[in-house]
Amino acid sequence: MFLMTFMVGGWRRAPVIRVSRSGIKMTVENGTALLAGSGSVWRVKWAHPEFGQVLASCSFDRTAAVWEEIVGESNDKQRGQSHWIKRTTLVDSRTSVTDVKFAPKHMGLMLTTCSADGVVRIYEAPDVMNLSQWSLQHEISCKLSCSCISWNPSSSRAHPPMIAVGSDDSNVTYGGKVQIYEYNENTRKYAKAETLVTVTDPVHDVAFAPNLGRSFHVLAIATKDVRIFKLVPLRRESTSSSAPTKFEVQVMAQFDSHNSQVWRVSWNITSTLLASSGDDGCVRLWKANYMDNWKCTGILRGDGSPVNSSGHAAALNAVGVSAAGQLLVGAASAGRYFFPHLDPPRAGSRLGHLLPPPFLIEQMYESDPTHALQPRHRYTVNTTNQPNEHD
Amino acid sequence: MEEVDLEPNPTLIPGAGFNQQHIGFEWGPGDMLVFETNYQLQGSRSKGSPFVHVVRKDEDICSPILRKLFNESHHIFVGLQKIKEDVPSKNKKPQFVSISKNYRSVIRACMEELQQGAVSAQDRSLASQYGDQVSILLAIELIWNLCEVLFIDAAPAGALLLHLLDWVRLHKSDVDTKAREVLQSESPTQHSSYWDVVISLVLQGRMDEARQVLSKQATLRADSSSVFKRMDTLLQSMPIFNLAGTQTLTEFDVKWRNWHEECDRSLQDNTFASNHHLEAICKILVGDEDALLEHKDLLSTWYHFLVTRLLFCHPTIKPPDLHYYAQSSMNMFVGPRAPPEPLDIILLSAFEFDLHQVIKDCSFALNNWWFVAHLTDLLDHCKLLQSHNLHFGSNLREFLVLEYASGLFTHHSLWQLAVDYFDHCPELGRVYLELLIERIPLDTERKALKVLRICEDRQMSEQVRSICKIMAKRSLRNNRLGSALSWSIRAKDAAFATLISERFLQDYRNKGSFTDLDLLDNLGPAMLLSDRLTFLGKYREFHRLYGEKRFSEAAKLLLSLMTAKIAPRSLWMTLLTDALPLMEQTEVIFSVDQTYELMSCLEELTSRTNNSKETAPEDDIELTKTELLRLALARNLAMAIVKEGTIET
Repeated sequence: MFLMTFMVGGWRRAPVIRVSRSGIKMTVENGTALLAGSGSVWRVKWAHPEFGQVLASCSFDRTAAVWEEIVGESNDKQRGQSHWIKRTTLVDSRTSVTDVKFAPKHMGLMLTTCSADGVVRIYEAPDVMNLSQWSLQHEISCKLSCSCISWNPSSSRAHPPMIAVGSDDSNVTYGGKVQIYEYNENTRKYAKAETLVTVTDPVHDVAFAPNLGRSFHVLAIATKDVRIFKLVPLRRESTSSSAPTKFEVQVMAQFDSHNSQVWRVSWNITSTLLASSGDDGCVRLWKANYMDNWKCTGILRGDGSPVNSSGHAAALNAVGVSAAGQLLVGAASAGRYFFPHLDPPRAGSRLGHLLPPPFLIEQMYESDPTHALQPRHRYTVNTTNQPNEHD
Repeated sequence: MEEVDLEPNPTLIPGAGFNQQHIGFEWGPGDMLVFETNYQLQGSRSKGSPFVHVVRKDEDICSPILRKLFNESHHIFVGLQKIKEDVPSKNKKPQFVSISKNYRSVIRACMEELQQGAVSAQDRSLASQYGDQVSILLAIELIWNLCEVLFIDAAPAGALLLHLLDWVRLHKSDVDTKAREVLQSESPTQHSSYWDVVISLVLQGRMDEARQVLSKQATLRADSSSVFKRMDTLLQSMPIFNLAGTQTLTEFDVKWRNWHEECDRSLQDNTFASNHHLEAICKILVGDEDALLEHKDLLSTWYHFLVTRLLFCHPTIKPPDLHYYAQSSMNMFVGPRAPPEPLDIILLSAFEFDLHQVIKDCSFALNNWWFVAHLTDLLDHCKLLQSHNLHFGSNLREFLVLEYASGLFTHHSLWQLAVDYFDHCPELGRVYLELLIERIPLDTERKALKVLRICEDRQMSEQVRSICKIMAKRSLRNNRLGSALSWSIRAKDAAFATLISERFLQDYRNKGSFTDLDLLDNLGPAMLLSDRLTFLGKYREFHRLYGEKRFSEAAKLLLSLMTAKIAPRSLWMTLLTDALPLMEQTEVIFSVDQTYELMSCLEELTSRTNNSKETAPEDDIELTKTELLRLALARNLAMAIVKEGTIET
């Protein structure tokens, strides 16, 4: 139930994808239109499971919505089956809502939206049992059209709540396109702490890395390239804590391998890998080695073949996957790196290709609303039977 | 040292990219979801592929075959961490060597199993997969063994060569198979591999065995027996450095030189001219490099050539001189033009005693972190790694162990092993564990308890609370009130406990009985978590007392629930109604004072309700109830006065 943002542009019906805590499970709300909004849904995001099965979505139609999954009650035939209810629609924005994020769970159930009119809104559900009530707690005016937001996940007491806002305004003269806002205990307001002045091109995504107990923050930015910034809080001279924290901003890494606009950046759980996707049609993975040198360690790219799908026309409306228990392990012998046999020696290249192993495509799931709950293993490269070893 | 900045090979996503669409992605705990979006690279939009792909990096983690390797090495790892710090590291050397051997024997065991699997596998692709895996393990074991000899055991001159010989023998074991084959044949001397076996044995310095095989020939040929005898003497007299003895290196060197001259003389005076096989052997004995290279097929690898060359030319090789011979042996064997391959580079780095390079190259060349993490950990315990401090304050060892453990953590059952690895990463282990353990799927209650236990043992209170909250929420969703309540008590979540208590009372009002009695009867101090929970617990206690016919205690408790304001006012009517049967008993249970208090409770309740709203039709029942109560209270009061009066007089 973590980390699901899903671009679902133009879909009338959004798939409900449940990346349960390890397995991947997706179900399709077959028959019931989940998001019946008129506009495109830009993103969806899961709340922490502490708050139940809760989704937030934001849309072109100027709204954000909160959805909750309910298990059928009483003894009717719906018993045990779950269905999704739209708990609330947040209509404060006058323009397209471009991003939606839940705040770190230690802050309670808080939802943040940002919109093209340059306003970041922070909502709170005062009663976590009643998701139809959300109160608008803060409105931050960012002056620039907002495209993306990211909360600093640090739950450390040393750091006040912090949010990074990116703007896709294409006017370079407006200066820094990433702003950092910080909550101030005294004024009870969010105030701008920093603007990353070096980022002047449109920004499409921002992502704070998990803090890992460090004294500084790490922020990845998707703009015309991928950039990783290090924000080191400076010691305050005066004790008056009404002024926001100032940061020393350092560029840790900058990659232009996408050679084009970068649309998304995202950290893995322990922030050892950063993934980015761009106009080159690739997803690239970045990793720092123990000397803090960043390198591209993986590229994912479409093979350019047309989709060979029976239910193509209907397929796009839903992505359905289930039964995470029986993952097939495909060993792509072509793509996989091996030490070759040492004994006896082979002619020619013995240990030829010294490259890190490419990623392995384990399994793919076809979405087909009529068979939504049965994954079809359309593509498996050398499948092996993996015994179920559930503990 | 600088590695080439190579672009990794792209992994192709089937069925994507046909219309030049963007690839979208999302991180899972260990894997990544990849899909084609509806967005075209240049603006416009069309339908993307309907597939979502799961991509995962550490494929070996999922290999069921390697499971044993992970499991057993985990025990060795944990054992190694327990070796006391205070003992000077010199004295611990035998311990480290034996741990290293344990690791290797686990690899070997795993390899054998794989080999069997490969042989018995029906499916050809499966068999080749097993075969590939075996070759990886072979390489790992080869490197590990060399590292053990060079770094952990760190044998000095003399002993060094003996260890290297063992190393080569272990990894070139087909000689034994062939020798057995030859000796078991009807006429060994006529066997086509007869001389190959003899020479192979000589090349590995196994002189006694070589003599044994040679003797078969000698007995047959009476005419040339003197020549064979001569060879036998040469082989027999070859001095071998005595590991255990008191012999000094110089003494050995002198002996060896004498023997070497002896061999040389035999060659010079054409003793073996009559038999070209024996002559070839003699050339080997004098360390003729060209002669050695003629047996490339028997040596098969440059490092075998290296060791054999050292055996017959420089048996007292010192560790620092190794790299020179290694490099030149490789050049002579492979030829200078052939580009060295990963394994060669790794071994060469080891011969150069460049540990960091070995580790770096290994982590680059292998597709799992198992090997580098364990080897580095062991070398670090041997104090062989000057710690590179990393930007986030952990060293190379920790970096690699964290990588390995993070990979393990993504596996649905191996994750438990990872916990111990994180425990032994002083800098970041705990943070990693905290982040990752939140993503463990809590599929079942049993698993949740297991995860909870791990968190509790490590005082990870935030994670404990979170797990309990999630489980409480889930139980409530599934209408399992008892389980929801006990989870929220564990989470110390007062608000949620209140909510569930409400649900319990609501259920009671609807059904007239409580569920989950075991839990409610044994709340103990936990019931103080929230007011409503306290009431629930006490109210259930009242029912129990009543059921056990301990009426006066029950009555006292009931009254105190109202007078001490534990009961919410909305439930007072229910409580008063509960008092009715107590008043109907033949003996007097409520005393005069208690009855007065009950009456005032009732009046307080009715006066409020009367003030607040008009009498509605449905209030008729309430009204009747109140009247009934008043009547019962009055009668009880009368009886109580009579009873108390009677006793006093």
